Amino acid sequence: MIPAAFDYKVAESAEHAVQLLGEYGDESKLLAGGHSLIPMMKFRLATPTVLIDVGRLSDMRYIRRDNGHISIGAMTRHEQLENSDVLAEACPMLKHVASLVGDPSVRHRGTLGGTMAHADAASDLPAAVLALGGTIVAAGPNGTREIAASDFFSGYFESVLAADEMITEIKVPADTGGWSYQKFNRRAQDWAIVGVAVADGGSGVSLVNMGSTPLRAEAVESALRGGASAADASLMAADGTSPPEDHNADAEYRTHLAKALTARALAEAGAS
Amino acid sequence: MTVNGTARSADVEPRTLLVHHLRDELELTGTNVGCDTSSCGACTVHIDGRSVKSCTMLAVQAEGAAITTIEGLADTARANGSSTGDMDWHPMQEAFQQCHALQCGYCTPGMVMAATSLLGEKPDPTEAEVREGLEGNLCRCTGYHNIVKAVLSTTGGAS
Amino acid sequence: MNATTGGIGTAMLRKEDPKLLTGENKFVDDIHVNGELWMGMVRCTSAHAKIVSIDTSGAEAMPGVHSVYTGQQLADMELWAAPLPCAWPVTEDMLNPPHWPVAVDTARHVGEIVAVVLADSRYQAADAVEHVVVEYDYQPAVASIAAARDGDAKAHLELDTNKAYTWELVPDPDALAAAFENPAHHVSADFVQQRLIPAAMEPRGVLAVPSPMGGEITLYSATQVPHILKVMIAATTGLPEQKLRIIAPSVGGGFGAKLNVNPDELLAVTLANRLGRAVRWTETRSEAVGSTHQGRGQLQHIEIAADENGKIQGVRAHLDADMGAYMMLITPGVALLGSFLYTGVYDVPAFGFSCDGYFTNLTPTDAYRGAGRPEASYAIERAMDILAAKVGVGPDEIRRRNYINGGEFFEDHEAASTLIFDSGNYAPNLEKALELAKYEELKAEQARRREAGDGKQLGIGMCTYVEICGLAPSRALGGLNYGAGGWEHATVRMLPTGKVEVVSGSTPHGQGHETAWSQIIATKMGVSSDDVTVLHSDTALSPLGLDTYGSRSLAVGGVAISMAAEKLIEKAKLIAAHQFEASPDDLEFVDGSFSVKGTPAKSVHIQELGFAAFAAHDLPDGMEPNLQEQVSFDPPNFAFPFGTHVAVVEIDEVTGGVELVDYIAVDDCGTQVNPMIVEGQLHGGIVQGAAQALWEIAMYDDDGNPTNPSFMDYLVPSAAEVPYMKTDYTVTPSTSNPLGVKGAGEAGTIGSAAAVMNAVVDALSPYGVEDMDMPATPRRVWKAMQGGAS
Repeated sequence: MIPAAFDYKVAESAEHAVQLLGEYGDESKLLAGGHSLIPMMKFRLATPTVLIDVGRLSDMRYIRRDNGHISIGAMTRHEQLENSDVLAEACPMLKHVASLVGDPSVRHRGTLGGTMAHADAASDLPAAVLALGGTIVAAGPNGTREIAASDFFSGYFESVLAADEMITEIKVPADTGGWSYQKFNRRAQDWAIVGVAVADGGSGVSLVNMGSTPLRAEAVESALRGGASAADASLMAADGTSPPEDHNADAEYRTHLAKALTARALAEAGAS
Repeated sequence: MTVNGTARSADVEPRTLLVHHLRDELELTGTNVGCDTSSCGACTVHIDGRSVKSCTMLAVQAEGAAITTIEGLADTARANGSSTGDMDWHPMQEAFQQCHALQCGYCTPGMVMAATSLLGEKPDPTEAEVREGLEGNLCRCTGYHNIVKAVLSTTGGAS
Repeated sequence: MNATTGGIGTAMLRKEDPKLLTGENKFVDDIHVNGELWMGMVRCTSAHAKIVSIDTSGAEAMPGVHSVYTGQQLADMELWAAPLPCAWPVTEDMLNPPHWPVAVDTARHVGEIVAVVLADSRYQAADAVEHVVVEYDYQPAVASIAAARDGDAKAHLELDTNKAYTWELVPDPDALAAAFENPAHHVSADFVQQRLIPAAMEPRGVLAVPSPMGGEITLYSATQVPHILKVMIAATTGLPEQKLRIIAPSVGGGFGAKLNVNPDELLAVTLANRLGRAVRWTETRSEAVGSTHQGRGQLQHIEIAADENGKIQGVRAHLDADMGAYMMLITPGVALLGSFLYTGVYDVPAFGFSCDGYFTNLTPTDAYRGAGRPEASYAIERAMDILAAKVGVGPDEIRRRNYINGGEFFEDHEAASTLIFDSGNYAPNLEKALELAKYEELKAEQARRREAGDGKQLGIGMCTYVEICGLAPSRALGGLNYGAGGWEHATVRMLPTGKVEVVSGSTPHGQGHETAWSQIIATKMGVSSDDVTVLHSDTALSPLGLDTYGSRSLAVGGVAISMAAEKLIEKAKLIAAHQFEASPDDLEFVDGSFSVKGTPAKSVHIQELGFAAFAAHDLPDGMEPNLQEQVSFDPPNFAFPFGTHVAVVEIDEVTGGVELVDYIAVDDCGTQVNPMIVEGQLHGGIVQGAAQALWEIAMYDDDGNPTNPSFMDYLVPSAAEVPYMKTDYTVTPSTSNPLGVKGAGEAGTIGSAAAVMNAVVDALSPYGVEDMDMPATPRRVWKAMQGGAS
């Protein structure tokens, strides 16, 4: 359980990281907190020949309130989200969700940017950003671009980030309405078997581990917009999804959980 | 990097995991390896005062960091010239013995490091907070009963 | 001199802890020697395959690689005198095809070694393994007990059956048949004991250090059984036994998983011997699924015949047991260890048991905490709940009606299984547990929630277990065809300065032997436990021993120490009498001091005699110098701890999630040497058993591939999943040994799986659920609530 050999480069800035990505191409990977990448490298499921360490870019660790939204530097650790006063006031949902990721030691290292880039359908934070209607800011060789979270995830552990792009910031709206995050798992440290995030009183609803990417429960959102009751809307939680099957759940059980947890989440978020 | 207060420098192969650097190069074998998926926490050390799983970190990532291992938590009287072996333990180590919070001792260094980190962040945790705070550290011997008791005893919160 | 401190019965803090709490102690992977070579194992990636070819050239060309050996090469080098040993051929005609450390022409489970790489470093060995290219000819795999029993594929192509043996225990067939003739109540139930991964926190590991000129080899191994290993390595490698030294350094838990003779141990020893260099290996967690034996793996069928009041008339049980791909050290005997316990704590007039052992193409099974006995306890205790429901009484009442001797105190009860239970007093133990659990209040709360339609249903389950431990009377083991005895050896010596050295043949891996043995000496000899040091786990320091498993250490090894101390006291008494110029018969020994009866003012402490015995200037005529005595204790009978466990679970009716919210255990392990250690053993055992009930299962797909080999998917619970436990005790001393001790290492596990599952089924009874397979996953529970199959 030892990674294959690689070259190690330290990025001095986001621009430098992008330049190094251009230089080393497909064989290179960005290393942030490493808590998604290093385990895969230990099993040799990932064998990059060049690792570009962006984890030292401490000026990319920030959480600040800007006009109507919160800007979070990509290298911000889960622990910082969990303990953020800014989030406590302006986006308590993200703070809460961060506190449920992995375990404390994982949260001390893992970063929001790294988690978003890893694009794991079973991860907590990407789904939360999705429900919140967040935006991902990415730097590339031609400058930066903003990608709506709803456009960001493109497949199993895949996003629309180009090979030479790096996430620099995540933005989420501030001061939105009632929220809830329902995570169901068997051990506290585990990924969600199914999770449901509800933001802004039900205007954003997303699902964890109900498909190949973090998903918006669009049927629920539109039913609520159309005046359906929370109870009725939650019955649509699994509409259009193809839930994975694994040790913990088959599609039938995941479908049930998605509906049941959506009902709980909507109730907690105060959706009527 | 500094390890247990001492500046250390070394050229390491980039892929060297921090835990292997600590164990095999610096001969600090108190930090153990119990799994390969960041699940068990036997390898927990402190980086700049916060618990980290040293099997999921490259040694090169720790450049410039202050690392504390179980060996550095105990301020041994021997270091002060005593030959009796009497220890000036960290209160958590003391509590673990007093509460019989260890049996085989393999998870213990990681558990102690996770527990001390937890109290650094939550000085007065509830039982539930201790249990959740130790969610990433597995023990196969104790059923956790006495571990939770030990951690709470250091805060005066033992039931 | 010192008064007795830290004697039997005190909750003395452990001597082991300071080293373990500071990282000062050494586990195998902590020990390094110059010039050591790292083994990297090339493991079969298929459950059943003929080896067509192995290309080692790519690996051999890699940096730091010393050599690569295939199974065929090692066989050609004549490294093996015999295959890996099975010490328990349970029947004369048991099938036991050869199991070589490295597969020669066919590999029969995922993880079986097909080649071994030797390299200069941990990392280089890992790299080289990736570059050994093996071509396989895949064969159909036998991936379950049912497939082994009912399918066409054979786990061993050269055998025409997968059935390795049939073993039966039917003491009185006529009585058994009569009991099952039209019983008023007939319980017939099937249970699955899923495979479990023992998962000691320290993975296994080895380091073999040769002495090239001396022809000696020292093997450091993370093992529970250094003494057994020494004999077995000599037998399988042909190396002279007296040239082998086995050291189990700090060992990070075992739970049975470290009591085997493993390929890596034999490879390290033989390659170190061959190459004249130290050879080592450390298991990785994900590798362990195929490199360390697993536990359980049984299909159980149990029947109870009872009269109209629920009084049991007969019990019969049949097992189909999964051996895995090979017979390891005691693989076939695990089921037998449980066979005698299918009657539980009950007065059962007629009994029958049979077991068929089957080969599969899965990791071999062998002992895991309780080894056969948790399975037996589970079957009878689940079946008792089913009987209670049939009779229409509570689970507590059905047990009261059936206890041996009406639940009252007994000694030396002969069970229908032919075993003699040493002592018991079951009803008071049950009542104490129910009181501690506030059983009536729990039932009221359960009723309230059911009435209110509360979303969290409460389940209350109990288990009144008995176990067999203190393995074992050597004659009894011989009668079961086990290949060795069950005695234990101890030496006690008083050093010239009055300090005491104890040499123990039992070998700890977390239990706290150093502390407990010191306490026995303190009480026996009237010394401070601080004056006692315990030597163990090194065959050079402790040449005789049979090691630690089966909750035997205290009931056999601890008793041996006590007896050796008594012998030493007798000799010291002769020296004291000589000094007093008195008859030894006139001396008394109180708190470590000898004095002439009636004249207590004149006395000598036993520790003061150490120097006299050492100097030997003035000993009684004919007495040998020194105070050192040894005992090999062969127990006359097993010991039978018992107890009552009550589990309380909450089930979320929406998600099916099960939470263990309370756990109450009242155990009786006879006399307690260190109550703190006893309680710790129970806590850990309880959670391991509860983990079988709620979380753990080693899963394989239909092709025999393990599908949850890591701790990400094999769910060892954390502190966040379990509650505080409430423990209390009754004390019914054993009649099997002079200390009255029984054993506590496995008790928790033996009681808890059944208690938790009885609670789960109880919670689901309003849904008509009568049984559920382990583990009770949220999906299973939810489906059961939907009326689906569990």
